[in-house]
Amino acid sequence: MTDFLDTLTAAAPRLWEATLVTLQLSVGGAAVAFVVAVLLGLASLSGVALVRGTSRVVVEFFRGTSLVVQLFWLFFVLPQLGVDLPSMTTGILALGLNYGAYGSEVVRGSINAVPKGQWETTVALSMSPVTTMRRVIWPQAWALMLPGLNNLLIMLIKGSALAGFIFLQDLTFVTDQLRRTTDTFVAFGIGMVIYYLIALGASGVLRWLERRAQRRLGLAPPTRRERIRQNAETARLQGTGAVGAPAGGGAAGAPTGGGAP
Amino acid sequence: MSFDWEFALQILPDLLEAFVRITLLVTVVGSLTAAVLGLVWAIGLRSLPAWVGRPLSFVLDFIRMTPLPIQLLFVYYTFNNLSALSVGIIVIGVHYSTYMAESYRAGIESIRKGQWEAATALSLPPHRTWRAVILPQALRATLPSLGNWAIAMFKDTPFLIVIAVPELVTEAKEIGGRTFSYVEPFTLAGLIFLVASYPTAVLMRKLENRLAY
Repeated sequence: MTDFLDTLTAAAPRLWEATLVTLQLSVGGAAVAFVVAVLLGLASLSGVALVRGTSRVVVEFFRGTSLVVQLFWLFFVLPQLGVDLPSMTTGILALGLNYGAYGSEVVRGSINAVPKGQWETTVALSMSPVTTMRRVIWPQAWALMLPGLNNLLIMLIKGSALAGFIFLQDLTFVTDQLRRTTDTFVAFGIGMVIYYLIALGASGVLRWLERRAQRRLGLAPPTRRERIRQNAETARLQGTGAVGAPAGGGAAGAPTGGGAP
Repeated sequence: MSFDWEFALQILPDLLEAFVRITLLVTVVGSLTAAVLGLVWAIGLRSLPAWVGRPLSFVLDFIRMTPLPIQLLFVYYTFNNLSALSVGIIVIGVHYSTYMAESYRAGIESIRKGQWEAATALSLPPHRTWRAVILPQALRATLPSLGNWAIAMFKDTPFLIVIAVPELVTEAKEIGGRTFSYVEPFTLAGLIFLVASYPTAVLMRKLENRLAY
């Protein structure tokens, strides 16, 4: 047992560095993937056939040619074509493009799953396309897409484990080195537990976002703080006799309350 | 530096051989393993008492949430007597069985309660309830999802490079290292994956539509 603790203390700084590399890849990859997913997802719903077609080809291409191949292609082939990117950028780009393509299907599916009546209503109210998307469709689609994005985020974190092959000292790489000096079971045990905790944390954050999105749509009971804010808002509106749009008030509380479930 | 067709044609047979002999073998045996184990987990989670079911469910979550490469390395160095290829097939099969278990679970949960009640009313023994009533209906709903996981597994076979299984991408990387030309091997590897996985994915989508009620 003391042996185990000694090894752990000795290895802690390197494991911490490695965890940071893995986190950097995951967060960076997730950010790129999210932007790619939204762009490609919206493009695949575009009314212009050329935009729709292009996005389909891009999505199928990145979904069809394995993450590992893309990672190696970006890392080994691009320099030969004259583009030299740092390892970290390459890793983030590969993760972002691959999972962004998968994510675009989630975005597309969620937007499609918003009931048709919601679109028709925005037409009846002659809302601009941007307002329609921002105020009506997106908040509802957002709540629907979060479970799918959650799964993809876990997969993206797991996909970062190959970074050792592009010379990044990530968690998998460092635990494999640790194995040489300590015990297989200890080294990989620690590594896997750290990955598990990262994945749990990431998935917890997305689940929190999902519950928040549902509450804002009135699909789940509001928290105490939100209830107090809503009551204050209602009192303010009743006090001034204003019934129209809430004046200012910040973007946060916009679609809360009222809406029939 | 541009794409050298002659070189590409020259290395294509080697790549295809690695693809057929290793990548496809891992995918087929791995998917079958995953499909069988996944069903075992799904039925187990439903029928076992909580003191076994809870730990099992934790273990499955743990496997699902930790990366394939680290699992491959762990098993490879723990069981020195197994070949890299067998480790690859077993680990990828077990890894994906945790995903397939979720698909089976969804399929089993989609069976209406009346079916279970009818089986009880007819006093069918548990194994007949499963085999004659529940599974034939549940599997129909699960099949496309299992197929999609098999495709996902197929595209994850290059992870086996961490334990040096000579599959397609490992072969491509080796050719690249030997000839100092990575353009052709990796481009071809990507194209082979695309050509193999895209039609299968389209087929699964068709199957999904056909099987949908």
